[in-house]
Amino acid sequence: MWKWLHPYAKTENAYALCNTLLPWFWAGTCAFLSVGIVWGLVFAPQDYQQFESVRIIYIHVPSAMLSMGAYVAMAVAALVGIVWQWRTAFMTMIAIAPVGAVVTFVALFTGAAWGKPMWGTWWIWDARLTSELILLFLYIGIIALYGVFDDKQQAGKAAGVMALVGVVNVPIIHYSVVWWNTLHQGASISKVDKPDVADPMLWPLLICIIGFSFFIAAVSTVRLKSEIVRREMHRPWVQKLAHNNGVTTDAV
Amino acid sequence: MSGLSASQLTCIKRDRVLFKALSLQVSKGDLLYLRGPNGAGKTSLLRILTGLSLPEEGDVVFDGVSIFSSHSNYTEKLVYLGHKSALNPALSAVENLHFWAAQHRVSIKTANLYEVLDTLGLVGLEEVPVKFLSAGQQRRVALSRLWLKTAELWVLDEPFTALDVEGVSLLEKLFANHCAAGGMIITTSHQALSSMAGKYRTYDLEYNL
Amino acid sequence: MSAFYTGVFKRDLTLAFRQKAELLQPLMFLVLVVSLFPIGVGPAPEILQVIGPGVIWVAAILSSLMGMERLFRDDFHDGSLEQLMLSGMNLNLVVAVKIFVHWLVSAVPLLILSPLLAMFLHMTFDMYIALLMTLLLGTPLISMVGAIAVGLTVGVNRGGVLLALLLIPVFIPLLIFATSAVDSAALQLPYLSQLAIIAAMLLLAVAFSPFAITYSLKVSQN
Repeated sequence: MWKWLHPYAKTENAYALCNTLLPWFWAGTCAFLSVGIVWGLVFAPQDYQQFESVRIIYIHVPSAMLSMGAYVAMAVAALVGIVWQWRTAFMTMIAIAPVGAVVTFVALFTGAAWGKPMWGTWWIWDARLTSELILLFLYIGIIALYGVFDDKQQAGKAAGVMALVGVVNVPIIHYSVVWWNTLHQGASISKVDKPDVADPMLWPLLICIIGFSFFIAAVSTVRLKSEIVRREMHRPWVQKLAHNNGVTTDAV
Repeated sequence: MSGLSASQLTCIKRDRVLFKALSLQVSKGDLLYLRGPNGAGKTSLLRILTGLSLPEEGDVVFDGVSIFSSHSNYTEKLVYLGHKSALNPALSAVENLHFWAAQHRVSIKTANLYEVLDTLGLVGLEEVPVKFLSAGQQRRVALSRLWLKTAELWVLDEPFTALDVEGVSLLEKLFANHCAAGGMIITTSHQALSSMAGKYRTYDLEYNL
Repeated sequence: MSAFYTGVFKRDLTLAFRQKAELLQPLMFLVLVVSLFPIGVGPAPEILQVIGPGVIWVAAILSSLMGMERLFRDDFHDGSLEQLMLSGMNLNLVVAVKIFVHWLVSAVPLLILSPLLAMFLHMTFDMYIALLMTLLLGTPLISMVGAIAVGLTVGVNRGGVLLALLLIPVFIPLLIFATSAVDSAALQLPYLSQLAIIAAMLLLAVAFSPFAITYSLKVSQN
């Protein structure tokens, strides 16, 4: 069933696939994000309690969801790399990693920024923010581990193992943090519930989620392309590509 | 087909292709002398031949069974000595070898251990922590494994390093005896093997940019 | 059987006893860190009792991280690990035995020191029993899961901080449930469920970590 995927173990085919997909990703990004962001930030109704500050959910919620989605995608790529030894799988994994880390940071930042009008404080150790913070640590660990090895295939395997250990732990961490949070509820801090999203807010939110997904896919694909070229610089197809683009490559 | 047979081995390290579609065959009585400049991939090839590293492509077969498969008993018939001596500096020579023999299921009496170390000129140094031995002496302790374990195939990465003239001729004579008795040896060395090692074949690895 | 007993268990134990000084360092670190808190936070017993479980567990995790590297480091660097991998022994079992010896020489002294630490932080007897239970279940979990990251970083120069960076997020659930158990004991509440969850994580680790560790070691061998 997965036979159609096999050609993409070769970097040349993976590069071609990236080139095919990229315009669609950018198109999707522009289409959905322009509609979603404008709708959400300008036209959607304000919350009767939180007024305008609720608009941050149009950035916070997509980035929180995608921070976890990107991690899972990274873990799947790691699994493919470890089981089938595909170089392109490890390249995909490390292409996604920093993008996922930045998205996690955006989720944290917007979550914390949302906290100021909501709870009067810049940071709160609530379950979701704490889980996001730990997720950011997991991302950083994987990127750091990858960076420490000279042989990038070896680096991919090592980082891949940690990605898999992490992906098993993400649900455990999440549920333990939620549980921890219920234990330590101070009387003065009210539990922040995900706002019941009413229809007029739901549509722009969904559109933003799709738009952000396209955006992350686009950025990851760009990173994947440059990772492929960087690692395969000595191959004839890369040399030809560089030549066609008027770039001279010196032997590294 | 008996002996060791490597087919279409490709090795990529740090995104550089060290060798591509390399095949070689070692049969009973063969002494294969692997040559090549620094960085050509000799150590990488040896590690693939022992099964410590996985090749990018290709397979290594010993006595008809792939060494990477789970029902291979390759390790029982192999002794590998790499660059590192595999001796813990805090333990003595006797202790190191005793533990190693236990791991490799080589049943050996302590008296035999002392005998072997004696053959290697290490009388009086058997119970000293290895960190107090010189590099050459440590190399001799490492080499004593060849005397201790009965193995068909020896894969040796620069075994002559740090050995003095006597040590070199001792080892070469051992090579000749081992191959004469039907054993196989694959070895690298930066100095040429002398005639004391017996007849040998060479295989040259080139440095690929 | 003798291969595992003599070749791995006895060898590692002999080495541990020759390196007693190295084993003492994480323990001293543990005591020092725990001692820092009364000095930093003030000696009021009520406050120390509240923060006690967290302090001891954080210190236990940090001290374990310090001592964990010796699990494979020496064997990797002197080539003994290669010989182990070529010995024909089942690597998963070899790794399990190594971790067991490591636990015996690093965690058992920690367990022995634990009453002292509990006393430093004014923990009650009930709290201490809970602490001991969590340490008994939690220290093997730390060793087994930690060994995965140790296996990956064994060839890395100065990988100590990287090891902490990789493992601390993974130990957070253990920290949460262990401290919660001791806190419940302080309030005379039952804490069997917290212990059960830690035990479940331990069983998961026992089931899966040997394969992960073996793979990690092979990755480091490249």
